Amino acid sequence: MNEHPVSMTVNGAPARIAVEPRKTLADALREDLGLTGTHVGCEHGACGACTVLVDGVAVRSCLLFAIQLDGATVTTIEGLSPADGSLSPVQEAFRNCHGLQCGFCTPGFVVSVTALLADNPAPTDQELRDGLAGNLCRCTGYQGIVAAAREAARQGVVQGVVQGVVQGIEA
Amino acid sequence: MKAAAFEYAAPTTVDEAVTVLAELADDASVLAGGQSLVPLLALRLAAPAMIIDINRVEGIDEIRRENGHVRIGALVRHSTLTRRGSAADAVPLLGLAAPLIGHFQIRNRGTVGGSLTHADAAAEWPLVATTLDAEIELRGTGGARLVPAREFFQGPFTTARNPDELAVAVRFPVWGSGAGFAVEEFARRSGDFAIAGAACGIEVTGGTVSRCAIGLLGMAGVPLRAEAAEAAAVGTAVRDLDAVEIGRLATADLTPPADIHGTSRYRQRLGAAMVARALARALQEARDE
Repeated sequence: MNEHPVSMTVNGAPARIAVEPRKTLADALREDLGLTGTHVGCEHGACGACTVLVDGVAVRSCLLFAIQLDGATVTTIEGLSPADGSLSPVQEAFRNCHGLQCGFCTPGFVVSVTALLADNPAPTDQELRDGLAGNLCRCTGYQGIVAAAREAARQGVVQGVVQGVVQGIEA
Repeated sequence: MKAAAFEYAAPTTVDEAVTVLAELADDASVLAGGQSLVPLLALRLAAPAMIIDINRVEGIDEIRRENGHVRIGALVRHSTLTRRGSAADAVPLLGLAAPLIGHFQIRNRGTVGGSLTHADAAAEWPLVATTLDAEIELRGTGGARLVPAREFFQGPFTTARNPDELAVAVRFPVWGSGAGFAVEEFARRSGDFAIAGAACGIEVTGGTVSRCAIGLLGMAGVPLRAEAAEAAAVGTAVRDLDAVEIGRLATADLTPPADIHGTSRYRQRLGAAMVARALARALQEARDE
């Protein structure tokens, strides 16, 4: 095997793995680091289920090779919720608003909404819908998802937490 | 859905990248943002022996104002151009087109150079480059050359770039400060590639159109310029300008490709409508000077 060492910071902790060049970040997170919260749907950048934050911005982890990320900071869905196991404000809003059905797309949506609100804390409804367009829900539960994103945006406290997460990444 | 095995190189300078590229040429693919290449690899529509990752190459992610143009480094991300406050503000079409590219997660990663060299006929940067007569800056082991956009795009996913050349930047001409610009696209869903689209730049002097550029997307395998429509607009008094008629003229001689999204005739009419909208909006933005 043609494996290369990669050092990243994942959810605040150092992670050292050895990967073949062709291994995507999504697969490395799931298989090498056991972070199976990042879901792999289409594997070619269409569905958004694998969305994670890399150096503070949302990206599709199936369109990055892990080998590219030496020195990078990655935050997955596992890194967005508090260490005590409680839900993040965005997760809480998804639960309150019935923003998930089967749950497969949910990690990608939660990461995307978190990044969206960090960038634009008070989005218009159109901005919210445009921002959600990069994630697909095959249960088609979009109304609940839009409602959850709207509720997360409405809560001032969410903004602080969201920005705290992103600032923590940038620091 | 897993890429075939490949060797990986991550050069840190343009010279180094070009040297590696020259050694492998046809067997290597350049990886920038990866938002088009990685899906091709995953679907095994491409299986290069070597991937040359240029994300660590220094000096190709800058935006600079130079004599009469704005030079955008190949590694500038789409998301950078959605935000104001850089030298790119002098070319308003960049900021108008950038938000239309994919989704924000795609824009965070995708690059200007990658989009230009991938040369999807429905992509925004090839359209803007063609509309503004931008020049693509290529570097090979033999040196550098500038290729005008209208010569650069040769067919679907086909450009004038030689396999041993690296696109390092693109130069967009800066128009007069009173110029108006607009981009209009029609897509079935937010973030999809457009079925048809148009970009327009217009300058008005003394109540008359003094300069006009109209680019079309989705009408052929490459972005097109609507030269007859441009010629009809220039010299016309603004109050007499019939945007709908200019739009009709822009696509009158075209036979766009038909596919599942629409017939040739449908695309032709959609293209005309996009031109009419873009022209009307650009005219609203333009200041008489």
